[in-house]
Amino acid sequence: MDFSLSEEHKMAQKMVRDFAQKEVAPVIKEYDRKQEPIPWVLERMGELGILGICFPVKYGGQGMDYISLGLACEELEAVDTTLRVAMSVHTGLCGMTIFQWGTEKQKQEFLVPLAKGEKIGCGAFTEPGMGSDVAGMRTSAKRDSDVYILNGEKMWISLASKADLALVTAVTNPEAKRPSQRLSSFVVDLHSPGVTRGDLHGKLGVRAGSTGWINFQDVKVPVENRIGEEGEGFKITMSAFDSGRYTVGSGATGLVRAALEASVKYAKDRSAFGKPISEYQMIQQKIAKMLQDYEIARLLYLQVGWMKNEGRRSTLQTSYCKKFATEASFEAAHEAIQIHGAYGFSDEYDVERYLRNSRGAIIYEGSSEIQNIIQAGYALGERKDTPLRREMPAYDEKEWQG
Amino acid sequence: MKIVACIKQVPDSAAKVVAQDGQVSWGDAPLVINPWDEFAVEAALQQKEAHGGEVIAVSMGGESAKEALKHALAMGCDSAILVSDPALAGVDTQGTAKVLAAAIQKVGGVDLAFFGRQAIDGDAGITPAQTARVLGWPMLGLSAVIKVDGGKVTVERSIEEGRQTVSAEAPAVLSVVKDFGEPRYPSFMGIRKASRADIPAWTLADLGISAPAPVVAWPELMNPPSREVACEFITGGSPAEIAEKLADKIIAEKVL
Ligand SMILES: Cc1cc2nc3c(=O)[nH]c(=O)nc-3n(C[C@H](O)[C@H](O)[C@H](O)COP(=O)(O)OP(=O)(O)OC[C@H]3O[C@@H](n4cnc5c(N)ncnc54)[C@H](O)[C@@H]3O)c2cc1C
Repeated sequence: MDFSLSEEHKMAQKMVRDFAQKEVAPVIKEYDRKQEPIPWVLERMGELGILGICFPVKYGGQGMDYISLGLACEELEAVDTTLRVAMSVHTGLCGMTIFQWGTEKQKQEFLVPLAKGEKIGCGAFTEPGMGSDVAGMRTSAKRDSDVYILNGEKMWISLASKADLALVTAVTNPEAKRPSQRLSSFVVDLHSPGVTRGDLHGKLGVRAGSTGWINFQDVKVPVENRIGEEGEGFKITMSAFDSGRYTVGSGATGLVRAALEASVKYAKDRSAFGKPISEYQMIQQKIAKMLQDYEIARLLYLQVGWMKNEGRRSTLQTSYCKKFATEASFEAAHEAIQIHGAYGFSDEYDVERYLRNSRGAIIYEGSSEIQNIIQAGYALGERKDTPLRREMPAYDEKEWQG
Repeated sequence: MKIVACIKQVPDSAAKVVAQDGQVSWGDAPLVINPWDEFAVEAALQQKEAHGGEVIAVSMGGESAKEALKHALAMGCDSAILVSDPALAGVDTQGTAKVLAAAIQKVGGVDLAFFGRQAIDGDAGITPAQTARVLGWPMLGLSAVIKVDGGKVTVERSIEEGRQTVSAEAPAVLSVVKDFGEPRYPSFMGIRKASRADIPAWTLADLGISAPAPVVAWPELMNPPSREVACEFITGGSPAEIAEKLADKIIAEKVL
């Protein structure tokens, strides 16, 4: 077993870190306060190849592996969660799902511009009345000769106001016997007539990110835009989560690291009762926990990256990684504020933003409760990975970089 | 056009430097490409993009300096050469210039040699000029804007008094300053190329020269004297009152 990162991994990690630290860190507070996305950030991430990091060169990507994707997410979220959210929905939910389930023609048409960052993608599953219970969604797609007519509303969609394309799951067959067979997935051009959308404000966290709603009113979606077969929408959405959750978990690992680094620095600088607070065991205990959690979260996501590289299904391991890292990041940010005392409660320091940003990830892409249900399902033998008609392609260096 | 970018590996700029028993120490700070040299690589790459040709990154240093060369490759340099020889330990800037000049000559047919303005470890800032002298080439130092037209190189030098335009015939040595513009990040494609690159290591024998004898020695090194800092809070009922007290204090202490 080899736990070391390759030289390529380390250089990619440093490149993403340099970008985030040099360009985003100096301005993030300003945009977070204003509750506005950084206007140039998606274009810049596209131009640098970050948005298409893990797609084959022939599909417009950078030909790096899935571990590089995780490393990039860690570095991005160590500066701000909104950067990683872009990776989760553009690269993970939308791009990777098209890569896994799309036909060659669909990959050329939709994946190439996404991988190049020429178009922005998002994943639209949640609705005003439904989140966790994916099979219970209402948005409908009715077949009418060579188009589907889409009606309904998606809610809490990251990059709703920024995206050009959305992977949308909707009900195509309300009469199907099993609820999961009611659904199909589509790539929807968000500039189509009948699409309206907007951002939500007053969010606790990810304030420099776009989170919004998308309404579909008699939107015509060509049959060629259906990803997979009719009735495969549930499986496709679950595949999307296998990709998205990996980015959420690896990103949250970066947030643990950020909280840890801020805590170490502050604890050494701040004195109380005549010595630096870093010398008090109660403070050390908090810092040690962050360090340990960082290492656990990192190992968990690297395991998933490795499994993805090998072409193995990693639904269970991704669930561990997502649940552990997101909960650890919330705890780490909470303790980092405690270490900072009153200053931690002010936006003069970064740790309050870490806390606000960490909270959402315990809800989205499968809440912690849903992760528990998944894990218990495997433990109790009620859940097994059956082969999918299209599996996530294993990493093939030659082919991807060719 | 054939372009050489000379780069050095140095301790990270965040490293804390201390003098210990007459030796300089950066602790276990990570080693990186000298930040000023990233501007040199950027300038070299822009010339290649404008006029075609190739950029060869050259570094004198130990085996670890290959990491810095890989950074240059990942930014887009076409090839890289390490000059490494145990006999070069403790060499001064003049010796470095002799070695780099020999390497540039061995590369052969070089039109432009780019350097950063100085290295952040030694801070001497004279290696580019010394290399130019050994080569017998013109030296265009502190370049902020660079134009190459046929065989003529024109640069705007960024100097304290403002900008100065100078020109010379190639081949020439140029040192590049920050005003040139931000260096690019390595690209993913460059990273892949760099991680697989086989970087040749030339010895002094390969260059056909003997170890240059240092002409400048470091007899002593010391830490700056530590300063006693006392902090005093000036309080008062209003900003005006505080300002008045502060002004009195500054005059009494003869700060102004
Ligand atoms: C910042 C942010 C960004 C988001 N981005 C996207 C996006 O890009 N695309 C998208 O489609 N959605 C997105 N979402 C929505 C998110 O995926 C949903 O909020 C999530 O799936 C939970 O759904 P819900 O909010 O409807 O909660 P509900 O499903 O109504 O759940 C409410 C509570 O009940 C619990 N619960 C539900 N079912 C069970 C059960 N069976 N057993 C025990 N407990 C249960 C849940 O865990 C939760 O605590 C985003 C949300 C946020 C906050």
